[in-house]
Amino acid sequence: MTTDVSIVLTDAEQGSSLWHDAWIRLSKNKMAVGGGAILLTFIVVALLTPWIAPYSYEAQNLDLGASPPSAAHWLGTDIFGRDVLTQIMYGGRVSLAVGFIATGVALIIGVTWGAVAGYVGGRVDAIMMRLVDILYALPFMIFIVLLMVVFGRNVLLLFLAIGAVEWLTMARIMRSQVQSLRQQEFVEAAVSLGLSPITIIRRHVVPNALGPIIVYTTLTIPSVMLLEAFLSFLGLGIQPPQTSWGLLISYGAETMEEYPWLLIFPGLALTITLFSLNFLGDGLRDALDVRGSKD
Amino acid sequence: MSLLRVDNLSVSFHTRNGSHQAVKDVSFTVEPREITAIIGESGSGKSVSCYAMLGLVPSPPGRIDSGTALFEGADLLALGERELRAIRGRDIAMIFQDPMTCLNPFMTIGQQLIEPLQLHKGLSKKAAKDRAIELLDEVGIRSPADTFDSYPHEFSGGMRQRVMIAMALINEPKLLIADEPTTALDVTIQAQILRLIADLQKHRDIGVLFISHDLAVVADIADQIIVMEQGVMVEQGSPDAIFNHAQHPYTQKLLAAIPSGQRETSRVDPDPLIKVSNLKTWFYPSNAKDPVKAVDDVSLEINRGEVLGLVGESGSGKSTLGRSLLRLAPITGGSVTFDGTDVTALEGTALKEFRRRMQMIFQDPFASLNPRMTVYDTLAEPLLLHKICDRKNLDATIATLMDDVGLARAFIRKYPHEFSGGQRQRIAIGRALATKPEFIVADEPVSALDVTIQAQILELLASLGREHGLTMLFVSHDMAVIRQIADRVMVMYQGKLVEQGTAQAVFENPQQAYTQALLASIPGAETASAT
Repeated sequence: MTTDVSIVLTDAEQGSSLWHDAWIRLSKNKMAVGGGAILLTFIVVALLTPWIAPYSYEAQNLDLGASPPSAAHWLGTDIFGRDVLTQIMYGGRVSLAVGFIATGVALIIGVTWGAVAGYVGGRVDAIMMRLVDILYALPFMIFIVLLMVVFGRNVLLLFLAIGAVEWLTMARIMRSQVQSLRQQEFVEAAVSLGLSPITIIRRHVVPNALGPIIVYTTLTIPSVMLLEAFLSFLGLGIQPPQTSWGLLISYGAETMEEYPWLLIFPGLALTITLFSLNFLGDGLRDALDVRGSKD
Repeated sequence: MSLLRVDNLSVSFHTRNGSHQAVKDVSFTVEPREITAIIGESGSGKSVSCYAMLGLVPSPPGRIDSGTALFEGADLLALGERELRAIRGRDIAMIFQDPMTCLNPFMTIGQQLIEPLQLHKGLSKKAAKDRAIELLDEVGIRSPADTFDSYPHEFSGGMRQRVMIAMALINEPKLLIADEPTTALDVTIQAQILRLIADLQKHRDIGVLFISHDLAVVADIADQIIVMEQGVMVEQGSPDAIFNHAQHPYTQKLLAAIPSGQRETSRVDPDPLIKVSNLKTWFYPSNAKDPVKAVDDVSLEINRGEVLGLVGESGSGKSTLGRSLLRLAPITGGSVTFDGTDVTALEGTALKEFRRRMQMIFQDPFASLNPRMTVYDTLAEPLLLHKICDRKNLDATIATLMDDVGLARAFIRKYPHEFSGGQRQRIAIGRALATKPEFIVADEPVSALDVTIQAQILELLASLGREHGLTMLFVSHDMAVIRQIADRVMVMYQGKLVEQGTAQAVFENPQQAYTQALLASIPGAETASAT
C-alpha cells in the first residue's frame, strides 16, 4: 500500500498540469518553436537596438543618396542616405511594441470583460455588452483624433487607443464562448462543488475558451501593426525621424520602381514576423487542445 | 433466397496512430419479412459492418479488406458509387439514432416529404402531398393533414422519428436499416416506435436490419439476433435461443447485465435527511406568457441511508427537481430542508459548506468533466477547496479515491478524452465522493453507458452507497435500473409527483395509469416473463 502511494508521489512531483503539458507539446512542434525563436530574436534585437545598430537613425549622408545593398550598408540606404538596416531595427521597436502591448491590453480587457458578461448573464451581461456596442458604433478615426487632440501626440496614447478599440471584438468572441461553456455540465459540477464564480471562470471556463482567443490574437497583432502604419501615415502616430515598419513600407511603396530595396526589406521584416506569429499561434492552440493526438 | 447475404466481411481503419480492425470476417443473412438484429456495445463494429455495405464508411481511413454483400444477387461491395447510390435510395433505406439532426430545421415536415416524392416518383405536387399524408398516417402521426406544415422543432422526439421512418418508406424499400432508432427516446415512446417498426415490417413485407446496443430492446421484435464483440460475430440465433440457451460467454455477460432483480429493501428508518415541501421551480421563457412549471408543488422526504428512485420521461421535471435540491436550479417557491437547515436561502460560506455535503453525478460523463483537467486535477480540486486533506496527503488521498471507484492509479495523469464512457463516469463519481458528502443526486448516471458498463457502475454506486452510508436520489427514465437500485420509488409526470411508495409496491401494484404505462413499456418484458 505504502509503496503504491509513493509511486503516485513521484509522478505528482513532475507537476503535470494543463500548462505543463501544453509546454511539452509546444516544444515538440518544430514550426511553432521556429516561429517563437524568430519572434524572440526580433524582440531582443529591438530591445538592444540603441547599442547594436550600425548607424544612428538620424545620420544622413546626402552625398550617398539612395544606394542598393553594399558591404557598408547591408540593406542599402534611402534617398537621404540613411542606413535601411538601422531604420528597420528602430522601426521594429515601435511596431513590435505597438503590436504586442496594444494586443496585450486588448486581450486582458476583452477576455475579462467577455468572460464576466458571458458567465454572469442577465442584466449585467446586457449592460456590459451594450457598452461594447456603443463603443463599436463610435467612428474609430474620430475617436483616435479626439484622443490625440485632448492628450496630445504620444506613443503611449497610441497603444492605449488601439488597444481600446481592439478589445471590443475580443470581448464578443469571449462572451459567446463562455455562454456556451457555462451550459456545460462540468461547469455545473464545479458550482455544485462550491467553487466561487471567479475560480470557475479562471480554472474551468477560460482555459476551454482559449483556442479561438489565441487564433484571434495572432490575427490582431499584425492588424494592429498595420493600423499603426495607417495612423502614422495620416500623421497621427509616429513622426519622423522616428519610424516604424508601417511607415518604412509606405514610403518604400512610393519609390518602389526606382529603389525596390526600400520596400522589400521592411516588407520582409513584417512578413517574417506575421508568419512566425501564425505558426506560434497555431502551435499554441494545438498544444492547449489536450484532445489532439498526443503523439 | 435471402434478401441480403454478407460473407466474410472485414473492415479496417488506418490512421496515423496505427491500424484497427473494426470488423473481422463477419457473415450473416437478412431474410425478407424478418427482423434481424445486430447487438453489440459501442466499438463492437455493429454499425460499421452495415455502413460498409452501403459505401458509407469514409475511405480513407476506412478500408474494406474482404468480403461480399449480395443484395438480390448484386454485390454491394463491388458496385460503383453511382449504382450503389441508386440502390441506396431505392431499395435500401436507413433510419438513424437522432432524428433531429437528420431533418432540415428550416423546412416543414410536408416539404421534406414532398420533395423526394416528386423527385423519385415523378408525382405531381398534389399527388405528392396526398401520398405524404398517407405515409404520415401510416407511421401513426395523428391528424397528418394538420401537422403537415409544422417544422421539425414543433415535433417531439418520437414524432420526429416517425417522420424519419415515413421518409425512409417513400421509395418502398425492400430493406430497412435502423441504427439505434430508439436510443434517444423515452421508454414509452421507444415501445411505440418498436411496435411501429414491427408492424410496418409485417404489412409491407420488408426485411429489417436493426442495430442496437440493448439486447432487451430487440427481444420482443427480432426474428434473428446476431451478437458482435470487438468486430467479431460471437453468436447468432433466434431470440429464444439467445435468451435461454446462450452459448458464448459474452452473450451470457450481456444477458446478466440486463438490469433485473431488486434491492432488498433495507430498514425503514423514519429519519428524514431531506424534507422538501411544496417545491416549485418555474422558468420564464422570454417568448412565452406562461411560465414553464418544471417542478410544480412537489413535497417529499428522503430518509438517511435510503436510495430514492425518481422516474419519469424527459420533460417530466425529474432532473430539475434534483438540481433544485442542490441549488443548481432556481427555486421559485417552497422549501428544501437538509438535516434541519433550510437551504433555500443559504449564501456564501454557509452555502459552500452545504455544497460539500451534497453532491451530484451527471448523466453525460463526456460533458461533466473539464476536458482540460487531468484526473488528478479534477479530484484534487474538491479535496483542496473543502480542505478535506492538506497538500501533503493529497496524493495519497487521491490514490485512495481512485481505488474506491475502481480506476487504475496509472491513469492519474490522463485527460478525460483518453478514457471510455464508463471510466469517465467513475472519475465523476470519484469527484462527487471526494468531499465526503452525505447526499448524492445521481441524474441518469448510467443511461449514456453500454449495458455491461451500466451494470458495473450500478454495482459500484450501490456498494459505495452502503460503504459510506450515502443517501441518494437516483433519477432515471429506466424502470429496470430503478428497480435494481432503489428502496423507494417516486414517479413524476409533467412536473408533479403522481405516485410514490416502496419499490415493491410501485412495481408490483402500480396505482396510477401512467405508472402502469411506464411499467408496460419496459423492453424485453414479454421475453423475460416467458422464460
